[in-house]
Order: sequence, then C-alpha cells, then structure tokens
Amino acid sequence: MIEAKNVDFYYGDFHALKGISMKIENNTVTAFIGPSGCGKSTFLRLFNRMNDLIPDTRLTGECLINGQNIYDKAVDVTELRKNVGMVFQKPNPFPKTIFENIAFGLRVEGINDKNFIQQQVEESLKSAALWEEVKDKLKKSAFELSGGQQQRLCIARALAIKPDIILMDEPASALDPISTSKIEDLIHGLKENYTIVIVTHNMQQAARVSDKTGFFMLGKLVEYNDTKKMFLSPEKEETQNYITGRFG
Amino acid sequence: MKHTERELMAIKDEVSQMWRLVLSQLEKAKQAFLNNDINLAREIVSREKRVDTFELKIDSDCENYIALYNPVAVDLRLVLSLLRICNTLERIGDFADGIARHVVKENCSSFTKEITDELMIEKMFDTVILMLSDSYVALDSENTKLSGKILALDELVDDIYRQSVKVIANHIRQKPEETECGLNTMLVIRKIERIGDHCSNIVEEIVFYIDAKVLKHSKNEE
Repeated sequence: MIEAKNVDFYYGDFHALKGISMKIENNTVTAFIGPSGCGKSTFLRLFNRMNDLIPDTRLTGECLINGQNIYDKAVDVTELRKNVGMVFQKPNPFPKTIFENIAFGLRVEGINDKNFIQQQVEESLKSAALWEEVKDKLKKSAFELSGGQQQRLCIARALAIKPDIILMDEPASALDPISTSKIEDLIHGLKENYTIVIVTHNMQQAARVSDKTGFFMLGKLVEYNDTKKMFLSPEKEETQNYITGRFG
Repeated sequence: MKHTERELMAIKDEVSQMWRLVLSQLEKAKQAFLNNDINLAREIVSREKRVDTFELKIDSDCENYIALYNPVAVDLRLVLSLLRICNTLERIGDFADGIARHVVKENCSSFTKEITDELMIEKMFDTVILMLSDSYVALDSENTKLSGKILALDELVDDIYRQSVKVIANHIRQKPEETECGLNTMLVIRKIERIGDHCSNIVEEIVFYIDAKVLKHSKNEE
C-alpha cells in the first residue's frame, strides 16, 4: 500500500504541496487530476523520489510504501525505483533496438542469462500489449515505432524489472485516440498485478481507467474519492466546478 | 455562462415549455371531464401531437449533449433527469389525451354528474395538477424543499383512488345498467392515479439532480 502522511513539499520558497494525506490500495488504479501547477505531478514523483533530482527542494511528512518510509536514510533509491517504475508524458525509448530497450534494465541488474532475458523481453512486451506488433522486428530501432508503440515499449521496459507500482505522468497526452485507447486497455489489464497511479489532464480518461480519483488544486488535495462518486456526485464544490469546466 | 452550460439550459428551457403544455393539457382534461365538454376534449386530443414532438426533440437534444460534451457530476445528473422527466411528461400527456378521448367517446355525462362528488374526482384532478405545477417550481427554482410535500400528495391521490373503487362497485351494484359507464369512469380515475405516480417520479428525478440522492423505490425498502 502507498501512503502519504501530512506531506508538505517546497521548491525553494514555493510551497507546492500542502498537508497531503492519502492511502492507495494495492492493485488499484488511482488518477490524479487538477489544473496545471496544482501539484499532482510533484506528488506523483515523490513516490519514486524523482524530486530528489531537483535542487533546493524540501519535504516534510511521510511517504510510505508497504509501511516503509521511502525517505528514510537507509532506503536505497535505486532499489526503490526498481520497485516503483515510471512512465512519462513523452515516450522516451533508448536509442537502441526494441529488444535492447527491454533487456537493458535486466543487464544493469547483472542478469546475463540469454534465455532468461529473451523470456523476460517477450513476457514484458506481451504484458504491454505490444508483442504481436513487434515480435518480427525486435532488432529494429525503437525509434521506428509509432508514438503509441513507443509508449507501450516504455511501459514494457518498466515492467521488465518487475516493479509493484507504476507511476504514469500523462502517459497518453501525446497520443492519438487509438493509441490512447490501447494504453487505457493496458492499464485496465495491468491492474491485476500492479498498483498504478496516473496523472492526467484528460478527465474522461481518469473516469475511464481509475478506481479512485484525487483532485488537486493549489497544492492541496481537495477531494479523494471513488471515481464513480467523483464524476456523478462529488462532495466538494471545487471538484464539481473543475470537472464540469466551470473552474476559473 | 459557458457554452456547454448554455446548451444545457436550452434543453432545460425546452423541458419547461413541454411541462407547461402538459400542465395545460391536464387542466383542460379536468374541465372537459367535469363539464363533459366535448369540444375542449377534442382540442386536447389534437394537441397531443405537440407533446410527442417535444419528447422527440428533447430526447435527441439530450443524446447529442451527452455525445458531444461528455457531461459529469451536476451536468450529467441534470441531463439524465431532464431526459427521464421529458419521458414522464409524455406519459402524463398520454393520460390527459386518454381522459379526453373518454369524454369524446363515452356518453356518461349523467353518470359522471351523479357520482363525481362522491368519487372526489375534482379533488383528485386538483391534487395531481398541484403536484405537477409544484414540481415545475421545484426544478425551476432548483429547490427540493417542496419534494416531501409533493410526495405526500401522492398518498392522498392513492387514498381517493382506493376509495373510488368501493364507491363505483357499490354504484354498479345498485344500478347495473350503468356498469359500462362505471367501468369507464374507473379507467379515468386509474389514469389520474397513475399521473400522481408519474409526478412522484418527476420529484425523485429533481432530487437526484439537485441533491444527488436516489429516492427511487426507497418507499418499498423502508
């Protein structure tokens, strides 16, 4: 389970997240929505410590995964990121073959067993619903794939190292409706084995893929509820104003 | 107001127009029945097509709104409510039409005159007309405070209906030659009773839209 306890986060003097507490159950899809600059991506990136890479930032409160505070000094960030994979807005395959994109993470892990790597590549590509489209061109460059395929390749790459959690930061915002639909189907399928947290600007996408939705505004978590409840009868007026387009 | 809100308000306005038409049909049905006014009854029958036209137009507008704007939250609840209210209004329009056809076809004026007071048909008509007009006000003013009062009126309508079964049965026993008029009048009373039920459904839709609560079938579960 993922849990945030009274989390505040600062970029220098800017107070980006204000007193956020939230629990995310295993094997669920949780969507974060909210206007630009509301803190939803910042909050997402806390869970694989991506914000550590930004200078002059400060965190108070606790971020726990399965009860362990991931900001404890004893936590190995590399190990954490193996367990918490991430998919970004823009597909970012390595300038390598399709096969090597997936195999790379395994090799970094010190795995050299060719058969095992072959098997993991196939399994990951199948899980990412890409195998049928690329099985005959594994030795081709990843850049030859379409945007939607590249994004699914990035998801396959994240799956290859067997994480428990996958964070997705607007994974379909650069894709056409068909590729978007494939990614959304994929998210539904992956839920069985992974916990997925997705940031999206597309509210209908949040409604389609997620079990729970969190609405952020000005660094605060305004409402966190079952997605069906959020989109039919949200409790907070700010949520209603935002999702119906009356915001601002 | 945003474009999407304007579109939704336009549908709401159409439903209001339909509502006023159905209310007028119902008031005329009352007059036509109580006064055995065949001309007025014919007018109701001829205006029934306008009610149907409203229903088709609003159905189509609601479908388009859902397809084009993907409404959520209060907007979704409103468009779903309007769709269902419009279908219910059409049913009420059908009942008003049915009552008018009874006046045109059946020659029961003397029977009606004799038994109307005892049957409390005027009271029944007035009650469902009040239910329909108060629910119009509730939606127009987006206020559900009236909902309890309107739902309680339906119980009054049901009581009168149950009583009228006994009154007509008794009358038929005494004057078997008026059996046909008695049965036909019972059908009219049944229509008014159903109008009361439909008005309750409309109130439930308004509560769903405004308070996001589902009242439907809650009476049975209590």
